[in-house]
Amino acid sequence: MANYSSNEFKSGLKVMLEGDPCSMVDVEFVKPGKGQAFTRVRMKNLKTGRVWDRTFKSGESIEAADVMDLNMEYLYTDGEFWHFMLTDGTFEQYGADASAVGDSIKWLKEQEVYVVTLWNDAPIAVLAPNFVDLEVTETDPGLKGDTAQGGSKPAILATGATVRVPLFIEQGEFLKIDTRSGEYVSRA
Amino acid sequence: MPWQPSADIHLLKQRAKVINQIRAFFDARDVLEVDTPVMSRYGVSDPNIDSIPVTFTPDGASIGTSMYLMSSPEYAMKRLLAAGSGCIYQIAKAFRNGEAGRRHNPEFTLLEWYRLDFNLEQLMQEVACLIDTVLAGEVLEWHFWSYRQAFEEVLSIDPLTASDDAIKAKALAHVDIQMDDCTPRDTWLDLLMSHCIEPQLPTACFIYDYPASQAALARTGLDEWGNKVARRFEVYVNSIELANGYHELTDPQEQERRFALDNVARNTMGKVPMDAEVRLIGALQAGLPECSGVALGVERLLMLASGEKDIAKVMAFNHHLA
Repeated sequence: MANYSSNEFKSGLKVMLEGDPCSMVDVEFVKPGKGQAFTRVRMKNLKTGRVWDRTFKSGESIEAADVMDLNMEYLYTDGEFWHFMLTDGTFEQYGADASAVGDSIKWLKEQEVYVVTLWNDAPIAVLAPNFVDLEVTETDPGLKGDTAQGGSKPAILATGATVRVPLFIEQGEFLKIDTRSGEYVSRA
Repeated sequence: MPWQPSADIHLLKQRAKVINQIRAFFDARDVLEVDTPVMSRYGVSDPNIDSIPVTFTPDGASIGTSMYLMSSPEYAMKRLLAAGSGCIYQIAKAFRNGEAGRRHNPEFTLLEWYRLDFNLEQLMQEVACLIDTVLAGEVLEWHFWSYRQAFEEVLSIDPLTASDDAIKAKALAHVDIQMDDCTPRDTWLDLLMSHCIEPQLPTACFIYDYPASQAALARTGLDEWGNKVARRFEVYVNSIELANGYHELTDPQEQERRFALDNVARNTMGKVPMDAEVRLIGALQAGLPECSGVALGVERLLMLASGEKDIAKVMAFNHHLA
C-alpha cells in the first residue's frame, strides 16, 4: 500500500497503526509561533472502536490501510457468521464475525442495508443505518387512552434488543428506532 | 473551481472595523504607522519558521536574485527604530512556508508594534488593552502566569530545572507520539505546552519568562529564583495563541551569536542555513533603543471576535482559493 505524509492527512483517511486499521476522525495542524510543528490526529481504531489522540511530527509518514466502506444487505446468520451481500449488483457475499458485527447486532434486520467496513477484503465493522423499523415481539399490553400521558415500559424487538417505549405501544407493532441512541422515535 | 470568497461579507465588514479600531488605538497613543517590504534579501533564521523563497529577475537578466517573502516585519522595523523612528506599528502581510490548518494560513496578517522604554510588563498591559478594545463588551479577566508557573500548575513539573529525562518522560506519559532519541529538550517542552498546558489555561492568559533556550530575539535575564529566562511572553485567549512579545535584544554580538545558533539548529534539522540579516546587525551596532515589541495575529483576533473556528472564515480568500 501507499504511504501518506503528515501534510496529506485529512479526516476519513484510513491508515495502519500498530498493526490495526485506523481512521482519522479529525486532523489539526499544531504550530506554536516559536516552536516545532506537529499534526495532531484524533484516531479511531476500526477493529476495536477505540478513539484517541495521536501526534505526528512534520513530514512523518504512515502506511495506508486497504479499507473500504461498502453498502451491503443483511441476509442471515448461521450462528457463527452474519452474512451480507453487496448491493452493487454483483451479489458478492461476505461473512462478518461477532466482533465485526459488534453492537450493530441489536439492529440487524433482513433486507436492510448496512455499511460494512472491509479491511483486506474481510469485514471488520458493521454500521447500522441511523433509523431502522423493527417489530415489537414482547411488551405489556397497551393502555388505551393513555397517548398523551408520560411514562414508558420496556419492549423486546424482533432483533432481541430491548428499548423503552410509550405505554400505548402494542405487541406486533412496528417501531422506528434511532440506532445511535437505541431510543424509540415513533410508530413506523 | 469555486470563485467565491472563503469569508462571509459580514465578516469582511467586521474585519475592516477591527483594522480601523487598531489604527485608532495606536493613533491615540501617538504610535507611527509604517510599511516595510514584504520581499527582502534576508529571510528569518528561526529554525522553526520557513520563509517562502522568491526570485527577482531584473529585465534582461538571465539570473535572478534570491529573495524571501517575509515571515514577519521584525528585522525591517528594528532598522527603523535604530534610525530614530520612535514608537511604530505595522499591519503587515506575513508568509510562512508549510503552515496551513484551521488556525494557520501560509499568508496572514500580523499586527506588529514596538514601544520605546516599555518593559515586558507594560507591553503586556497594552496588549490586554488592545484585545479588550476589539472585544468591546466582553470582559476578560486577564491572568499573568510565568512559564514555570503554568507547568507547575498543570503538570507539577518545573520546566526550568527538571532533568531532560524527566521532561521527556512527562511528555511521553501525556502525548502519543514517536520521537527520535536525540529530540531536543525544547521540543518535548513544546509538546507539553501545546498538548497539555494550552487546553488548561485560564480564558485570557499571558505566559512570560520562557526558558532561555527559547529566547529567539528576546533578551535574557534571571527570574526571582535565579533561573536564566527569556524576557518573552505569549498571549492566549480560549487556549488559542494570539501574540508573541519580547523585551528586545539590543546587543549586536549576542544577536550574531543567535543567528549562528539558529543555523546550527537548522543544520541538525536538515534545513538550509539562512544568511544572517547583516543590516539588522548594523542597526544594532548603531544602537537599537531600549524597547519591547509584539506581533499579534490579526486573523486569530478576528476569529476570537467573531467566534469563527476556521481561519478561512475571517479572510477574503484562504490559500486554497488564492
